[in-house]
Amino acid sequence: MTTALGLEDVRARTFPFPHRHFISAADLNAVQAAELLELADGFVDLNRQTSKKLDLLKGRTVMNLFFEASTRTQSSFELAGKRLGADVVNMSPRSSSMSKGETLIDTAVTLNAMQPDLLVVRHASSGAASLLSQKVGCSVINAGDGQHEHPTQALLDALSMRRAFGRVSGLTVAICGDVMHSRVARSNVSLLNTLGATVRLVGPPTLIPAGADRWGAEIHHDLRSGIAGVDVVMMLRLQLERMQGALVPSAREYFRFWGLDREKLAAAAPGAKVMHPGPMNRGVEIDSDVADDPNISLIQNQVEMGVAARMAVLASLAARLENRP
Amino acid sequence: MSKPRPQAFINARLVDPESGYDGPGGLVVAQGSIAEVRKGSDFQGLSEDLQVIDCNGAMLAPGLVDLRVKTGEPGAETKETLKSAAQAAAAGGVTSIVVQPDTDPAVDDPAVVDFILRRARDVELVHVYPAGAATKGLKGQQMAEIGLMREAGCVYVTDVDRPIVDSKVMRRLLSYAASFGVLVAHRPADPWLSEGAAATEGEFAARLGLPSVPTVAEQIMLERDLALCELTGARLLADQITCAAGLESLRRGKDRGVRVWASASINHLSFNELDIGDYRTFARLDPPLRHEDDRQALIDGLAEGLIDVVVSAHTPAPAEDKRLPFDEAAPGAIGLETLLPALLAFHHDERIPLVKLIRAATLAPAQLIGLKTGRLTAGAPADLVLCDLGAPLIVDADRLISKSKNSPFDGRRLQGQVLMTLVDGRIVHRATE
Repeated sequence: MTTALGLEDVRARTFPFPHRHFISAADLNAVQAAELLELADGFVDLNRQTSKKLDLLKGRTVMNLFFEASTRTQSSFELAGKRLGADVVNMSPRSSSMSKGETLIDTAVTLNAMQPDLLVVRHASSGAASLLSQKVGCSVINAGDGQHEHPTQALLDALSMRRAFGRVSGLTVAICGDVMHSRVARSNVSLLNTLGATVRLVGPPTLIPAGADRWGAEIHHDLRSGIAGVDVVMMLRLQLERMQGALVPSAREYFRFWGLDREKLAAAAPGAKVMHPGPMNRGVEIDSDVADDPNISLIQNQVEMGVAARMAVLASLAARLENRP
Repeated sequence: MSKPRPQAFINARLVDPESGYDGPGGLVVAQGSIAEVRKGSDFQGLSEDLQVIDCNGAMLAPGLVDLRVKTGEPGAETKETLKSAAQAAAAGGVTSIVVQPDTDPAVDDPAVVDFILRRARDVELVHVYPAGAATKGLKGQQMAEIGLMREAGCVYVTDVDRPIVDSKVMRRLLSYAASFGVLVAHRPADPWLSEGAAATEGEFAARLGLPSVPTVAEQIMLERDLALCELTGARLLADQITCAAGLESLRRGKDRGVRVWASASINHLSFNELDIGDYRTFARLDPPLRHEDDRQALIDGLAEGLIDVVVSAHTPAPAEDKRLPFDEAAPGAIGLETLLPALLAFHHDERIPLVKLIRAATLAPAQLIGLKTGRLTAGAPADLVLCDLGAPLIVDADRLISKSKNSPFDGRRLQGQVLMTLVDGRIVHRATE
């Protein structure tokens, strides 16, 4: 393991990030993506030290605004903010009185008046983060907007691959399952293409959106041929309500044809790694035998990388924050 | 109100969709009607006591007839009232509007028809004609009182944006309406495929993660409607054809003699799905904006006459209904004030001859619902628009008259400024400056 970076090194690495908001993985060019990953990589080492705290974001306020509940992503952002020295406030408008009759914009404008510096937003509607960014004075980070994007997830996935393989460029990655409803898939296709990986999308036709063949990804409907020779198999979560005859006939039929087990995984390249954005439906899209094998599964690493990747995004955006008039 | 003095419009570019004339000329307006039409540039021998208006080569054409206008009256007057809609229409050179029945209460009862006509009379600006609901409460189950509503003054029946799903109801509706000679307008959209959709299925919508509908949803319902129309001998207006697949079915229907007419909205002629851009909710329409191929096919369809009528599909939605995430935002766009200049774009691009464009927004809709307007002929009502065809215009939504400002044309550069609008010989709009 490399020696953990000191504060000065991290500061020196913090480059002037050109974007005010982080809404879409498609906003990043190859250089920006590589720099973010480099910065995040340093934070991984920092996070393994007993003293994890920096003061890069000292005095800053990070507001987590989660219209859709998510323990995992919210705590990841919370930790990321705290480790950088920011004050972090968690808001769940759904459960607070704030939501009653108030629109997304009203809520955001109200919170904006409290002068947060960074607003982390998750919402069930595609485009919600972009809409918010037009109405508030702070930086907006998209923590998932409907079926559109989840760019920090793509970043942490790329970081996990980078640490496992030493590179992302040149890898072949199969994203498997419910691509149709997945913001993780959309962000990953975009970022992986930017980073020079080859992407395949694998799933039943009912779960692959029309026109996805023009995203810069190969489409496969058969899991075995879809993961043949790939370096990374990224499984997506299949929502329970989508299994009961609407888009696939049943969970057991889905697992039989598109669920990943050790036998099907044999089609992938030797040394292939398995990923999943979580939370997993064990026995539906992935077999526990595969998910829990530390030699092939990167799933726990992904969670760890999540904090580092989000620290990199927060630090980069904060670096270009200025006092508001 | 005092009787206006007879007026003579001279040195105009007359565009008459009935005779197909597009050339120099002028006309005399007296007692609310067109008294005389002169083609050419000789205006000798006009009576002395006429008020002469020199048009300086501007286009003088029949006022527009818009078959699809929503207001919020009754029930949602904050969106738009009959008065504000009529003012917007006058400013846009639209002299007749057909208001849609999906109000609160719905126009499914002769008393509501009466109410609207009375309110419109009080406003006294442009002609307002109500369309009646085809089914009670627009629920698609029981027929509304089509005969009584027609007597009260309805010009056609429709369930507006809600497709009539039950084919048996549709069949009976068409047969029954046919016996009164009432036109039925129906929005062809398969309700199951369209459920929840905010965009057209394809690469772009998938990238944005928006719920989407394939264009065949339009074709599927249109094919059913055409078959039922053929079976019953009714007159059908296919309300807002938007895509190549729909046009293909329409062509086959017309070729085999089905009594079908079709409208296209100016929005679907002017924009494609990419105008949604970064989730611009002013481009959230129902039916959703289509692919560019579909838009091109629609313009060709208008050029060859497959599309009979162009409508504004004026749908006011206040800011609070539009300042929402895309799929939650209210669909629809206002369009009364931008209809004419937006339509003229196809004249300036030399895609469609001027007289043909004007016909689709005047004579064609007028004939469809039995109005005498839409013509420049002695004896026809003096519903007129005078328009400087070449005048540049940058649409500024905030300066539009409509109470709601949801115009997708906001910021667009168009050409064509309405100088004057006349309804029954009365000047109802005159451009300032």
